[in-house]
Amino acid sequence: MQYALLIYSKPGAVEALGDAERAAIHREYLDIKQEPGIVGGASLHPVETATTVRVQDGRTLVTDGPFADTKEVFGGLYLLEADDLDQATKVASRIPAARLGGVIEIRPVVTD
Amino acid sequence: MLASLIGHFGDFDLAEEAAAEAFAIATKRWPADGVPDHPAAWLVTTARRRAIDRLRRDRVLAAKLRLLLPENGGAGPGEDDVAERAIPDERLELVFMCCHPALAPDAQVALTLRAVGGLATDEIARAFLVPAETMKRRLTRAKSKIKVAGIPFAVPSGPQLPERLAVVLAVVYLIFNQGYGDHQDTSGLAAEAIRLGRVLAGLLPAEPEVLGLLALMLLHDARRAARFDGQDLVLLPDQDRTRWDWRQIEQARVLLDRALLDPAAVRRGQYVIQAAIASLQAEPRLDWPQIAALYAELADLTDSDVVRLNRAVAIAEAEGPAPALTLVEALELPGYQYWHSTRAELLRRLGRADEARAAYRQALALARTAPERRFLERRIAEA
Repeated sequence: MQYALLIYSKPGAVEALGDAERAAIHREYLDIKQEPGIVGGASLHPVETATTVRVQDGRTLVTDGPFADTKEVFGGLYLLEADDLDQATKVASRIPAARLGGVIEIRPVVTD
Repeated sequence: MLASLIGHFGDFDLAEEAAAEAFAIATKRWPADGVPDHPAAWLVTTARRRAIDRLRRDRVLAAKLRLLLPENGGAGPGEDDVAERAIPDERLELVFMCCHPALAPDAQVALTLRAVGGLATDEIARAFLVPAETMKRRLTRAKSKIKVAGIPFAVPSGPQLPERLAVVLAVVYLIFNQGYGDHQDTSGLAAEAIRLGRVLAGLLPAEPEVLGLLALMLLHDARRAARFDGQDLVLLPDQDRTRWDWRQIEQARVLLDRALLDPAAVRRGQYVIQAAIASLQAEPRLDWPQIAALYAELADLTDSDVVRLNRAVAIAEAEGPAPALTLVEALELPGYQYWHSTRAELLRRLGRADEARAAYRQALALARTAPERRFLERRIAEA
């Protein structure tokens, strides 16, 4: 089964850490990307670089900033092949954001 | 049998329909052809064949065949090989799947009653006072989530087991409490919870909290006949003890002893402690200091103000109303009926009648059943 692991980070959590810790966390994210079962992923640039697009009455409306209806910031995702939800949960629990005040949302991916 | 099919196919609806079809075929064929040598195996084999046919029609066969082929070698299961391997009891897997934390609590309860308890959807709806359509949707959504999100049909492994078991026990206890409020248990939920508790105790006989929960439910249930005098609530000290089910109390105590003697238990769990309290409350003379100590242990474990309130009640009996009132007034439970009624009772015992009446009135405003309301009204009149 394929799962999307959507990574929501607590704003400022990583920035508040020292350089060495931040580097270690960055490595953790890269290590997870190399694991068997991880078939894809993307890390997103920070929220200040985001642009929001809507189309209303045929007009395209572009605004600066993220679509943020939560405190937490969407920072990236992994695509994971796993046997079941418990396996996916094990991988999700190792994502640094989860222990730094953030949240991982696990959603099954529509295949075919 | 249903558990075995769900385990095999990972799909509730498919399993249920296939099982129903197998039974229907048996009803038609067995009177004419005779009952097969291994009827259970015949039913499982037939149900599996019906399920496979349905899967072929649904074009999901490719994914499912991965599950089927290693066992069956392609030709379809023979009756003999199923009979030789005893059909595994997969009820534990089913229980843990129904009580998976990825399902909403009300879905866990509904699914457990439907799949493990075998209750009909509208029976469950009636017991929880929701429309049948609502319950049907709840079950459909839950089954869909299991399938789409891949909630596993499995008993959790070692490190996860205690947490996951706690969810299962909470679901069973919730079902018990839903039925227990009604002194007739017209919904039958209290009896159903006890039955589920027995199934769990049979499947996990070495787990002290499983034994503790069953003991607790048996002890509460044993007093059911004496809790009401007609339509009026009777408090524990005033209950007619001859109306208690002593056989059930004895059963519970045997379970409790086994749970308390468990050498592996690092500390006692909440159900074992609650059962110990309930067991002490069945004694002719209540050991209030011991009961208070057990509530203190429970409060440490659960960090619950409701438990602290119960401890205060025990302290009132062991040491008097004044220290108990201090404890009660240190708690923050403004929306909790029993906080107000306990405070009222303590004020009454201290001779502060006006304050007692006011507190009883606050409890009355929060009371949810007629017997409770009548009880509180009588107290207000007597104060």
